[in-house]
Amino acid sequence: MEQLMADLKKQIIEQLNLQEVTPESIGNDEPLFKEGLGLDSIDALELIVLLQQHYNIRIANPEQGPEIFYSIRSMAEFIVAQQTAKA
Amino acid sequence: MNSAEAYITGSCIIRDHGIWLNGALLWEADRGMDLQEWLRAGYDRFSGQYPKFHKMDALSKLGWLAAEVLLKHAPVQALPPEAVGMVLSNRSGSLDTDIRYYATVKDIASPALFVYTLPNIVMGEICIRHGFKGENTFFVSENFDPTLMSTYPVQLLATTPLQACLCGWVEVMGEDYEVALFLTEKMPRGQALPLTATALQDIYQNTK
Repeated sequence: MEQLMADLKKQIIEQLNLQEVTPESIGNDEPLFKEGLGLDSIDALELIVLLQQHYNIRIANPEQGPEIFYSIRSMAEFIVAQQTAKA
Repeated sequence: MNSAEAYITGSCIIRDHGIWLNGALLWEADRGMDLQEWLRAGYDRFSGQYPKFHKMDALSKLGWLAAEVLLKHAPVQALPPEAVGMVLSNRSGSLDTDIRYYATVKDIASPALFVYTLPNIVMGEICIRHGFKGENTFFVSENFDPTLMSTYPVQLLATTPLQACLCGWVEVMGEDYEVALFLTEKMPRGQALPLTATALQDIYQNTK
């Protein structure tokens, strides 16, 4: 889980072009939207693309978005759950 | 209609990796840099603390940077938001970003690129940064058209609530780019020049 969260931080910085953010500055539990990283609705779409590109995961129910993308940890837990379900 | 019904109160020209403010060279960087490197260096030098800059396409970055330099000491910030408008133009529209976006469609289309596939988005980015809410229009023309860029703002300043209007040219295609951004106002201020096609052309041509 720790490695997955570290990978996610790097991938998010690259995908969202967060040039003034370092992986170390992103907390595992801090909110990604509004507070924290202050991401917006376009960033949310880019996070969906990130899940597809890097983890081959499609979000079937868009209403799950706020829950899945709440923080780095919630994203990682969602990825692990999806991968476990597929295995 | 080319009369002194409005005034040019400032100009910012960006070309050849240099930035000129009101005719004077403000900054020139190594011409070996590619455009994105140069834009980042310009952002670091003249702004910073605006992370959204990095998400913009090259067209928006160029217009945003020119506005940042031009408006730093201009008192238009004190005007009501509805009193500042914008009239911009260029040759290539958003084609530079359209092509980049099209390349992503083959895989997974990029939402972040898609939002920049209209040329007038550069005006939105400038408005968001400075809080402007006045009328704005984007034209596409083969070359910088000083007649259009004088008559239209003059008319806006005479017939609408606008008291100031940014106007000019913001062009980019690949590594080729050029910005000529003018601040025009209803009332003269400082070294103001009458807003005429001749005055705009003179600044556009002779600032280098």
